[in-house]
Amino acid sequence: MLTDRINRVARKVPTWAVYILCLIPVPVLLYMGQTGGLGREPIRALEQELGGIALKLLIIGLCITPLRRFAGVNLIRFRRTMGVLAFTYVALHLLVWAVLDVQSPGRVWADILKRPYITIGMAAFVLMIPLALTSNNRSVRALGAAWRRLHLFTYPIAILAALHFIWLRKGFQLEPLVYLAVILGLLALRVPVLLRKVVT
Amino acid sequence: MAYRWKNDLTRDHATPHDVYVNRRQLIGGALGLGLIGSAGMARADGDALVPNSYEDITQYNNYYEFGTGKGDPARNAHALTTAPWTVVIDGMVDNPGDYSMAQIMEAMTIEERIYRLRCVEAWSMVVPWNGFELADLLTLAGVQERAKYVAFETALRRDEMPGVRFPVLDWPYVEGLRLDEAMHPLTIMATGIYDKPIPNQNGAPMRLVVPWKYGFKSIKSIVRITLTDQEPPTAWNKALGREYGFYSNVNPNVDHPRWSQATERVVGGGLFSGRQPTLMFNGYEDEVASLYDGMDLREFY
Repeated sequence: MLTDRINRVARKVPTWAVYILCLIPVPVLLYMGQTGGLGREPIRALEQELGGIALKLLIIGLCITPLRRFAGVNLIRFRRTMGVLAFTYVALHLLVWAVLDVQSPGRVWADILKRPYITIGMAAFVLMIPLALTSNNRSVRALGAAWRRLHLFTYPIAILAALHFIWLRKGFQLEPLVYLAVILGLLALRVPVLLRKVVT
Repeated sequence: MAYRWKNDLTRDHATPHDVYVNRRQLIGGALGLGLIGSAGMARADGDALVPNSYEDITQYNNYYEFGTGKGDPARNAHALTTAPWTVVIDGMVDNPGDYSMAQIMEAMTIEERIYRLRCVEAWSMVVPWNGFELADLLTLAGVQERAKYVAFETALRRDEMPGVRFPVLDWPYVEGLRLDEAMHPLTIMATGIYDKPIPNQNGAPMRLVVPWKYGFKSIKSIVRITLTDQEPPTAWNKALGREYGFYSNVNPNVDHPRWSQATERVVGGGLFSGRQPTLMFNGYEDEVASLYDGMDLREFY
C-alpha cells in the first residue's frame, strides 16, 4: 500500500526538481559562511559541511537498489541523480579545500602526495570522474553492460570516502565509524546477488 | 614573582567588544553578501597581531569533554559546576593538600598576558589572558629538590560532561611539563579572559597556558597538580603517540604526520582569511629555546 503510493509519487517527481532541492545547501552554506552562521572559522566548517553532504548523498545512492529489492520501493530513476549530486559536492569540497583552505598549488600537491587521508580522498574523487562523465542517457545506451560494471566503482569510492573521514578526525570518534558501518552494511546486502551472478 | 614578563603584544589595536559588535552589525547590514565578510572585520589591522574578539575566543574551542565540534564546548560547558572548586596539589611538595580556588586567588597576583595560541590543528588566535605565574603557585606548595616534572589533571564529571560518554581519549585528560618549563616566566595559570572570569568552555576556573607549545598542552579545568620525578603520561600521547609527543613545542619545521605545521590560519578572518607562517616556538624562541639546548626537536616532538 505505502510502497505503491511512494512509487506513484516518485514517478511524478522530475529529476531536475531533485537536483534543485539537493543543491539548495550550496547558496545557504555560502551565505552562512559570510554572515557568521558557520561559526568563527567558516572555511573549515564549509569544507566539512560539503564533504559531509557528499558522503550522505553517496549513502542515499547506495540505498536505492536494496530499497527496490527488499522493500519494492522503486527510486531507480534517482540513483544517477544522487551520484551526480555527490560528485558535485565532492568537487565543491575539493575546491574549498584547495582555494580557501590550503591556498597554494604547491601545498595542495604536497598534501595529496604526503598525507594519506588526503591521498585516499583524492583517489575517491578521481574514481568518480569517469562515473560522472558517463551519467547521461547516451552513455548508458552506448556502454550497455559495461556501464553497469563501470559504475560498480561506487562501492570502493564509498569505502574510500568513509576511510578519509575516519582518518582526518583526531582520536577515536564515533561519527565517522557509524558512516563506515552503514556503508559496509549496504554493500553487504549486495553480496548474495553479486555471488549469484559470478556463479551463473 | 609576578610581572617577570612584559607583554610584547598589546590590546591597543583591539576593538573593544561592544564597539566591535555594533560596527559588525553596521557593516554587515551595509555590505550584505559583499566579499568583505562581516566576520573579517574582527581583524581591523589586516595582518597585524591583535587579540581575537571575545566571541572568537569563547565560541571556537577544543574541549572534548564537552564534544568534539568546535561549537560544542560553548553549547555544553555551562553544565560544569566551577564553584566551589578545589585543586589537589600533591607529590613532591612540602605543603601537599587541598587548595580551594578562593585560597589560590587570594594568594596570587593576577596580571594580563597577551599570548599567541597555536593549535596543533594549524589554526591560531591571540588571547588576552588574566592569570598568575604557575611558578608562584608551585612555590606556595613548596617544590622539593627531587621533583623533575609536574603532572596536571582535568576534572572528570560524567554527569556534567556529555563528551566523556565515548572514549575519544582515556579520561580524565592529563598533561605534564618538565619542572623548568613549568617554572618559566611565560607559563601561567589563566583565570580570566578580557578581564572577565574565564568561561567554562575555556577551562574555568583555572587552566594552564604554555604559549610556546601546541594548545592541547594547556590543560583546562585543573583539579590536580602532582610534582614527580618521572615524565608523566599525557592524554594525546597515550591516544596517538606517533602524532603527539610529550614536548609538543610549536615547530614549523616538524610536520604533524597528517598535516603540515608550516603555516596557520588566524581564527576570525572569515571565508577569505589568509594563512600566515608559523613561528618557531610560536614566536617565543628568544625566551624558551635555551630550555631545549642540545635536544633533537624532531626526536623530542
